[in-house]
Amino acid sequence: MRYIEPHAHMVSRTTSDYEAMRLAGCEAVCEPAFWAGFDRSSADGFYDYFCQLTDYEPKRAAKFGLPHFCWLCINPKESEDMVLAREVLALIPGFLERPNVLGIGEIGLNKNTRNELAILEEHIDLAARFNQLILVHTPHLEDKLKGTKLILDLLQADSRIQPGRVIIDHVEEHTVSLVLDAGFWAGITLYPESKATPARAVDMVERAGMQNIWLNCACDWGRSEPLAVPQTALEMRRRGHSAKAVDDLIYGNPLRFLSQSPRFRIE
Amino acid sequence: MTRQQVLDLYFMDARCKLIELAAFLDRVERSDGEADFRLAAIREALPLLQSVQQDKAKAVLLSLSDPTNEPLLSAPGKGACGAWPGAPL
Ligand SMILES: [Zn+2]
Repeated sequence: MRYIEPHAHMVSRTTSDYEAMRLAGCEAVCEPAFWAGFDRSSADGFYDYFCQLTDYEPKRAAKFGLPHFCWLCINPKESEDMVLAREVLALIPGFLERPNVLGIGEIGLNKNTRNELAILEEHIDLAARFNQLILVHTPHLEDKLKGTKLILDLLQADSRIQPGRVIIDHVEEHTVSLVLDAGFWAGITLYPESKATPARAVDMVERAGMQNIWLNCACDWGRSEPLAVPQTALEMRRRGHSAKAVDDLIYGNPLRFLSQSPRFRIE
Repeated sequence: MTRQQVLDLYFMDARCKLIELAAFLDRVERSDGEADFRLAAIREALPLLQSVQQDKAKAVLLSLSDPTNEPLLSAPGKGACGAWPGAPL
């Protein structure tokens, strides 16, 4: 089995996780910028984080034979402070030429506020101006449906944005069709309690089709499972899906989306 | 998969979750004090499981979602709790 982990917060994980992912067949790992679990006190904290994502973490991953890529932004949980958010937005162009940067992400909404929407719009503009791929985080739990609709409205209002270059992550049964029907890619995140389980993820894929969907573990500092993607591959095999279908979903699909960035190259 | 194969693969898991849910309701009912909106949200979702329609998972998720469309003026905190408390006062 081979797979690409398109969404994992490896700065929060141990070297044992890198080793386990590699042993399970991981061929590349991609890390969106996100909330650290606490608010950073200044834009300097983000500068250091972007250095970690573009310099230190790829070296750490390379020790386990894993190519490491990243996405840059200020996450929606810290976007409520618009002064801070704009300082961080101003830092991003200086990092976009670094060799492992794939695009702008994970941007999106958290509590669906006006400030979060304004900063999301500025991220979308940044991505359009610099011709970057976009990775979108949709809100948690009761906020997901409303947030997904607001995000879709905003993306569709910008004529420069091509839906095929945007992945909208953390879809569930009530949002997956909204995303796919609008022409965007959809990400299914596998979590022990929230988001989707392997069984529900396979249900969604069976009903929506495998085109333009990726699976990810989004492992971070909370309860999460770095091997959730290969575990879901086993779930598919238990249901009788072919090895080729599994490979198409967990390797071919992320490869197809990510290869739209000239920086995403794996052996 | 045939219906029989689905049952063979998933019946025990579904049975386990069903009993866990029943035990949770027993636990919350024998405890003291007032419940917040989350208990009512679960009770409202339970009849959806009896539907003969497809999309029961979607219906449960929709019943637990904020149905409004207007952005909030400011964030009431960072977290989400899994059920919608209703329109802010
Ligand atoms: Zn994430």
